[in-house]
Amino acid sequence: MLLIPCPYCGPRSETEFSYGNQAHIARPEDPDALSDGDWAAYVFLRDNTKGVYLERWVHSHGCRRWFNVARHTVSYEILAVYEVGTPPPDIELKTEI
Amino acid sequence: MTRRYSIFALVRNALSYHENWPQVWRSPEPRPEYDVIIVGGGGHGLATAYYLAKEHGITNVAVIERGWLGGGNTGRNTTIVRSNYLWDESAALYEHALKLWEGLSRELNFNVMFSQRGVLNLAHNQHDLRELHRRINANRLNGIDSEFLTPRQIQAMVPIMDLRGNGRYPVLGASLQRRGGTARHDAVAWGYARQADARGVDIIQECPVTGFRITNGRIEGVETGKGFIRAKKVGVVVAGHASVLANMAGFRLPITSLPLQALVSEPVKPVIDTVVMSGAVHAYVSQSDKGELVIGAGVDKYVGYGQRGSLPVTEETLAAVCELFPLFRRMRMMRQWGGIVDTCPDASPIISRTPVENLFFNCGWGTGGFKATPGSGWVFAYTIARGEPHPLNAAFSLDRFRTGYLIDEHGAAAVAH
Ligand SMILES: Cc1cc2nc3c(=O)[nH]c(=O)nc-3n(C[C@H](O)[C@H](O)[C@H](O)COP(=O)(O)OP(=O)(O)OC[C@H]3O[C@@H](n4cnc5c(N)ncnc54)[C@H](O)[C@@H]3O)c2cc1C
Ligand SMILES: [Zn+2]
Repeated sequence: MLLIPCPYCGPRSETEFSYGNQAHIARPEDPDALSDGDWAAYVFLRDNTKGVYLERWVHSHGCRRWFNVARHTVSYEILAVYEVGTPPPDIELKTEI
Repeated sequence: MTRRYSIFALVRNALSYHENWPQVWRSPEPRPEYDVIIVGGGGHGLATAYYLAKEHGITNVAVIERGWLGGGNTGRNTTIVRSNYLWDESAALYEHALKLWEGLSRELNFNVMFSQRGVLNLAHNQHDLRELHRRINANRLNGIDSEFLTPRQIQAMVPIMDLRGNGRYPVLGASLQRRGGTARHDAVAWGYARQADARGVDIIQECPVTGFRITNGRIEGVETGKGFIRAKKVGVVVAGHASVLANMAGFRLPITSLPLQALVSEPVKPVIDTVVMSGAVHAYVSQSDKGELVIGAGVDKYVGYGQRGSLPVTEETLAAVCELFPLFRRMRMMRQWGGIVDTCPDASPIISRTPVENLFFNCGWGTGGFKATPGSGWVFAYTIARGEPHPLNAAFSLDRFRTGYLIDEHGAAAVAH
């Protein structure tokens, strides 16, 4: 069970949250100009990192706000929590094989 | 030399106190170069190597496994086998696998304990019921055995089930595939390994692939814990680690890796002789030959490579199991574990060429690829040998995410496993 520190409410258990997968995927500026391949990349392709992953969570059963989390996907350690729209924190994005 | 297993071999070896059984496969050092390298020694990878040798005469092959054979999802799954998928493409692929299962013990001269004890998928509400009928009809049009059971018929088959679901999960009907069932997971890996080895395939364990050598968009070989190994073609079948290897090769996949968990109970006398699945409540139950209940749960909701599975998921599944089978309430769970499943947005696999020439991927089987093991190996071997997909897996290309030709089995195939 993860204890997720909501930046607005404090630490709450994982059952209160929903998951939004990879963070920092910008919506295409000019959708009409995208090729099918670009659309596929935007909609479907993800890093799915083994290691430190920057991901989105929403506190569904609390304040209902979205925020970003840097979490290690093997140890599940939460390394940083930061606001949507802010750049990722200055931590090493280690990956494993 | 692989000796045939038979009743006579058993008797002969019993006389020498079972001390002279030959080694089942060799453990060679890797050669500097192979025609084909298969990355991943799960059931799918070993089956691929076997069919490369048997169907295509390609025997200069190595299977490279980071851990031990079948230590991934092959050895962690709840072993449900069935082919009653909704869409034509999936029905053809899984039914091809089921047909191979039906002759597999004989083909491999290894008892994979394939037991066609039937698989029930429950409906708990009107919507489930309609979906169920739709799928049963689709299955029949595809020549796949599939029938509807009324609550009374379900009760006759599984007397220990509470059809009221304690008020919470009422059972309104079920689909039944009589040819479905279970198999022994380890035996599948070992059986394929033994026959692949007999045909000259090198099985190399405890050797992680750490990178690819790619020149001008073409694969040259793999970097491993035992050094660089050259290969004309490389096939990657690493389940939950598919994205990790794709990222090494410089492209991304539409895959999310999630822990899926299972549990087994203490062993009890036979109480359930079929497989009961309930997609809606994420609970799957069968009983092993040792008497343990084998219970499959749902996936965690977030990306994870820790082979555990989160506690809320365990709780939810066991709660549902207790409502459906009140008898199990006092039963103790002996073990719990997780495996990392490679889920795809449309819940269908990717068996495909990739942006890198002569590099092929077979992944995205998610929560339900064990049942496909023989068929997956068969079509992947074809795809690698010919450099293009077999008609059975042509639709399961990576390119479908670009064209939009998704094969959406989410929910359609009664979810999971
Ligand atoms: C709890 C659970 C229950 C399930 N229940 C069912 C079920 O009832 N029915 C069903 O049909 N399916 C089920 N599945 C899904 C099924 O187990 C998988 O789809 C299937 O076994 C995948 O087979 P595989 O051979 O591709 O993968 P695996 O057996 O996982 O093999 C992949 C191998 O690749 C190796 N590998 C990874 N990275 C590297 C590397 N860098 N270098 C070398 N080797 C590497 C791994 O060590 C592993 O051995 C379940 C899965 C789980 C976890
Ligand atoms: Zn909050």
